[in-house]
Amino acid sequence: MKLLLTGGRIIDPSQNVDAQMDLLIENGKIAKIGKDIHKPENSSRKSSVGGITVIDVRGMLIVPGLIDIHTHLREPGFEYRETIQTGSAAAATGGFTSIACMPNTKPVNDTRSVTEYIKKKAVSCNIVNVYPIAAISVGSEGTTMTEFRDLQDAGAVAFSDDGKPVTDSALMRSALEYASSFYMPIISHCEDLHLSAGGSMNEGFVSTELGLQGIPAIAEETMIARDIIIAEYTKTILHIAHVSTAGAVRLIRDAKERGVKVTAETAPHYFTLTDEALREFDTYTKVNPPLRTDRDVIALKEGLKDGTIDAIASDHAPHASTDKEVEFEYAASGMTGLETSLGLSMKLVHEGILTMKGLILTMSTNPAGILKLPKGNLKIGSDADVTVIDLDKTWILDRNSMRSKGKNTPFHGWTFTGKAVMTIVGGDIKYRELP
Amino acid sequence: MKLARKDILGIKDLSIDEINLILNTADSFIEVSTREIKKVPTLRGKTIVNLFFEASTRTRTSFEIAGKRLSADTINISASTSSVVKGETLIDTARNLEAMNPDAIVIRHSAAGAPHMLARMVKQSIINAGDGAHEHPTQALLDMMTIKEKKGKIAGLKVAIVGDIAHSRVARSNIYGLIKMGAHVIVAGPAMMLPRDIEHMGVTVHDNLEKAIRDVDIIMMLRIQLERQQQKLFPSLREYSNYFCLNRQNITLAKDDVLVMHPGPINRGIEISPDIADGPYSVILDQVTNGVAVRMALLYLLIGGKQ
Repeated sequence: MKLLLTGGRIIDPSQNVDAQMDLLIENGKIAKIGKDIHKPENSSRKSSVGGITVIDVRGMLIVPGLIDIHTHLREPGFEYRETIQTGSAAAATGGFTSIACMPNTKPVNDTRSVTEYIKKKAVSCNIVNVYPIAAISVGSEGTTMTEFRDLQDAGAVAFSDDGKPVTDSALMRSALEYASSFYMPIISHCEDLHLSAGGSMNEGFVSTELGLQGIPAIAEETMIARDIIIAEYTKTILHIAHVSTAGAVRLIRDAKERGVKVTAETAPHYFTLTDEALREFDTYTKVNPPLRTDRDVIALKEGLKDGTIDAIASDHAPHASTDKEVEFEYAASGMTGLETSLGLSMKLVHEGILTMKGLILTMSTNPAGILKLPKGNLKIGSDADVTVIDLDKTWILDRNSMRSKGKNTPFHGWTFTGKAVMTIVGGDIKYRELP
Repeated sequence: MKLARKDILGIKDLSIDEINLILNTADSFIEVSTREIKKVPTLRGKTIVNLFFEASTRTRTSFEIAGKRLSADTINISASTSSVVKGETLIDTARNLEAMNPDAIVIRHSAAGAPHMLARMVKQSIINAGDGAHEHPTQALLDMMTIKEKKGKIAGLKVAIVGDIAHSRVARSNIYGLIKMGAHVIVAGPAMMLPRDIEHMGVTVHDNLEKAIRDVDIIMMLRIQLERQQQKLFPSLREYSNYFCLNRQNITLAKDDVLVMHPGPINRGIEISPDIADGPYSVILDQVTNGVAVRMALLYLLIGGKQ
């Protein structure tokens, strides 16, 4: 099985490549990239020559498959919100070839059997690569550490109690030390639960006007500061999930300058929307950490530009309508992201915040690096995970036609420019809207 | 004239003209409540549902009396007797009520934004009778009516609102309304009870009672909610009342003809001393009287006969 993409513009930050070239895939691996591997004999988009399927992608971008290191697939336990099947389909539609899923399922992914279940289910779905993230503590209850080595052996790629912070600093220290001893990252959900208690939106002028209890930026920042201090002292590897505040960006920037081994991600909604979006009490805008302010949006963009923030992750959090069609403070937090991440992040390129290469770095190469996945590049011999992006395609999001079971997006009706039009995983085309 | 809107959700979205229309209409309804036969046929055949998810005596009774004096049929539903206890969602409750075709739904709910959600879902007029710490528009309207009645104007007056501003819907609605009508609003309370960026609402902020009430025309004391003590918002009621209770000594700092207001229910001796609550400056019971007139006016302007 050979697949040849011809005439596209290949961007691969891992090889510092940005040029018009062809890409040949053979037996699920990248076999060759170069100019004029094949000269098209006719102008049709797709043809077959000598056993090679040729797809003309002139005018399109060919990039290493996008990687989302922060998703919630809800299975096992919350299949009414999402399944590994529907989440994987949503991922492929959004241009993702690999996704890492958080352990806050039911049961929590804190044992080999749950990790293996997720892996097995994902393989049988056969859409995208699914990498389970296992819990730091049993039941994510913050008291006893899970069996890290056993979970790694079963296929876990990182540890996190996402959705909850590890409040016990001694447990956090042990987790960082143990995981780092075999080069596994700890992904920290940073939130001081005392400071955020009862809150359902950012604390600031808008929460004051709306009379909703606020979650102050310091609830996130004090915890990030603690985790950085522990990681610095123990010389361990720390990844900060869903960074949302200006103060957090500053803390991480300062830590990196001191040589702390910290990486960070933010999600598209944090650099796209502010708490002003909550004015109508629309529960689709409720997310944790909450949408912040203009000042924070500016800081996040600066952080993405200067590399303080390494990755864009969706924090895809599908919910059923029953979770959202209630009073604002009772509504579940979270929004779907797999099908909007690229479209929203493309706006950073349009605004001149990131170059196209910079965007691929934050959505593929760096995410692979953070989870130490052998992905995120188009080097010869690598797995043929490839995303083809049409930079000029303008499209409008309709929440009802999303592949995800979760229709909870505040971006319904938004217009985007730039879309993944083909998603190739291990050499197989898993999503295509090319002619 | 009628209000060209379906709902009354907050003072923030009312124009000055709308506020004046409501207050002037309320003035004309005052007289109805003083008659021997306290009833006019204005809303005969109309149905008003009072949907209360939070305990309330004053506001619920006031809405009920207002509806009845206009000859509307009023139905009271409180959270303890509704299907809420059976786990029905607010939206389902609302849709069921909608199916019975009332003309207006008055809602009080502990969650900010609940009336807004209802207003989007159902075709009936929604009147917000208090949503969480967000707004309590009819309270602000009756407060403005009382101020206007006693002082002849609102513009140019200095009004101090004192207490737990962070958790007060009365404070928010009054800030919006009084500023729109040209008053100078001062808010005061212990620092922990002053919400973030409150000064951006256009108010002067103090963390000290004496500074806040100096030379003011109106003092509005807010009820201190006893459960806030558990939320680490203040050390003790003793400490609070030592520094934030309006009493015979500190009231002398205000203007000689100061009016003392309180949305009720009062914690006597905690935020207001009994002699002040019952004293000559107090217009607390006038507020309650005007509350009926304001609610009659709103019901009439929202669902009264088409003109």
